[in-house]
Amino acid sequence: MAELTIRESLNKALREALDNNENVFIMGEDIGMYGGPYAVTKGLLEEYGSEKIMDTPISESGFVGAAIGASMAGMKPIVEIMTINFSLLAMDQIVNHAAKIHYMSDGQLSVPIIIRTVTGAGGRMGATHSQSFEGWYASVPGLKVVSPSNAIDALGLFRSAINENNPVIFVEHSMLYGVKNEIPDQYYETPIGLPKVLEKGNDLTLIAWSGMIPLAKLVSTELNKRNINTEIIDLRSLNPIDFELIFESVKKTNKVVILDEYWETGSFGSYISSVIQEKCFDYLDGPVGVINSLNVPMPYSAELEDKVIPNIDRALSKIKELFGF
Amino acid sequence: MSNIDKETARSYLLEMSKIRHFEEACGRMYMQGKIKGFLHLYIGEEAIAVGAISQLTKQDYVITHYRDHGHALARGMDPNKIMAELYGKKGGSSRGKGGSMHLFDKKLNFMGGYAIVGGHLPIAIGLGLALKKQKKDGIVLCFFGDGAVNEGEFHESMNLAALWNLPVLFYLENNQYGMGTHVKKSSAAADILYKFADLYGMPATRIDGMDVLTVQDSAKEAINKIRTNGGPVLIEAMTYRFKGHSMADPASYREDSEVKQWEDKDPILLFKEYVKENNLLTDIDISNIENEVKVIIQNCLKFAENSPLPDMSVAMDKVYYSDN
Repeated sequence: MAELTIRESLNKALREALDNNENVFIMGEDIGMYGGPYAVTKGLLEEYGSEKIMDTPISESGFVGAAIGASMAGMKPIVEIMTINFSLLAMDQIVNHAAKIHYMSDGQLSVPIIIRTVTGAGGRMGATHSQSFEGWYASVPGLKVVSPSNAIDALGLFRSAINENNPVIFVEHSMLYGVKNEIPDQYYETPIGLPKVLEKGNDLTLIAWSGMIPLAKLVSTELNKRNINTEIIDLRSLNPIDFELIFESVKKTNKVVILDEYWETGSFGSYISSVIQEKCFDYLDGPVGVINSLNVPMPYSAELEDKVIPNIDRALSKIKELFGF
Repeated sequence: MSNIDKETARSYLLEMSKIRHFEEACGRMYMQGKIKGFLHLYIGEEAIAVGAISQLTKQDYVITHYRDHGHALARGMDPNKIMAELYGKKGGSSRGKGGSMHLFDKKLNFMGGYAIVGGHLPIAIGLGLALKKQKKDGIVLCFFGDGAVNEGEFHESMNLAALWNLPVLFYLENNQYGMGTHVKKSSAAADILYKFADLYGMPATRIDGMDVLTVQDSAKEAINKIRTNGGPVLIEAMTYRFKGHSMADPASYREDSEVKQWEDKDPILLFKEYVKENNLLTDIDISNIENEVKVIIQNCLKFAENSPLPDMSVAMDKVYYSDN
């Protein structure tokens, strides 16, 4: 077993993809000479050359569209969009084209691309560099969206994504690249769509993904001190989602809180909440709680940002309000 | 201008007439409520699709905008399947899930009609990138209109094609109107759209898009350049749509005199005169071609009419690729 960070596990995943499939190439802004804005692609240009590791202009719609077209012609492009905030410039390509070409052509054409991008707040990056749009993409039929919270899933989900013949939005969190885990030596894949129970418990189900997992663990530790046993479910994938595991947990604990870094209005967490309320209504002891970022653009100041993002104080007071813990 | 033989003359006239009559039939069926939604007719622009696509080989890709019937037909797509698609029937090219603006035929490397202005240009770049990476000889013929030139995606794509030296023929069909707005009101460079190519170091020409032989010759030259040098070329073909932007548009923003002036340059009438003057086709040949086209159109209408409606399993199918 080797201990790898998420950054290192993704670098390993990219090397595997390049080694195993001659149609794979990687493109994005500053992924080559610069070494990758988050250093995920570090060393790849030197090893694989500029045909496989293509630095692109700052031209998000252009190079994402180029990846789509290349994939339609038999290539397997992996695109890096530096942050999910910049993906809005490629929204036409992702939503109007990548998600729909297979359907509109009735299966004649496919778009087997992986778009890697970086979500989340917490880095004191201000309002335009701290957003969490993975839920938007997850709402679009035709796209698959995954968002790992640890190095094991990052590698396993990437291996599944590379075998997909569909567009996959692979969402990494800017604050998690340093998270370290023991990686099994034996080859494994993490299936897209399958949530995972990270901690078992009988008293409360906490659902989170990506950057909210560390907070879920903090909340669980605090509640444990009060003899409340929390079950943490890491969604890992936002589309598709196998809800069975979630329903089983809800039927056991009867209490649910969802942590979601997106704003309150129209959040993906609210969607998860609505599914649970509809399918598990009779099992619930109270409303499903959703804890989001406050409905303001992200302020730059650390003092303010920490209070706008879901945090331990807000989580505990919400849980107390709902369930009296 | 190059000399053409009788067979080529026959083929061009047949293809252009097929598009013209197909589009006229579409217009009638739209008025009857058989075709719904958006319907953008290619009438007046036939010489471009026919002249340019005639110069391609099988391995080349074609990708285009939403006014795509003409390109699809010129590439050889089955009129029955297109008409059934417009009827929303199960026999359509996408079993009724694409519609008028989204025709696809993978077997012909007809990579589709796209309905977000400028949105398919980056995809064309990707097709070219794949050809280059796969070391194949093909080129990408990418049609777009004067409206797309004002989109960022046009400039991003021009830059990428030139930067990466990709085999793409940017084919600008300048019909002078983006919906109802004249190009002079939408572009600061209206008179010299093709000159954008200069900035990217790309060869470019402006041609008369109403003359199928001019279109043929310029496409041939451009494609030769691309096959020799690898890099992109741009052609701006001056043309005119005789009908409104879509069936919902009476085109009240245009003067009758302007329409008349362009109708006098009708590419099919002009070509008929040419083939007769040059003893390529006789009146009888022409009338035979017209009868052949009539049968094709009757058949596709009959096929579409008789095709079953899709059931809901079709709607739920092919959202994602699956191995089953």
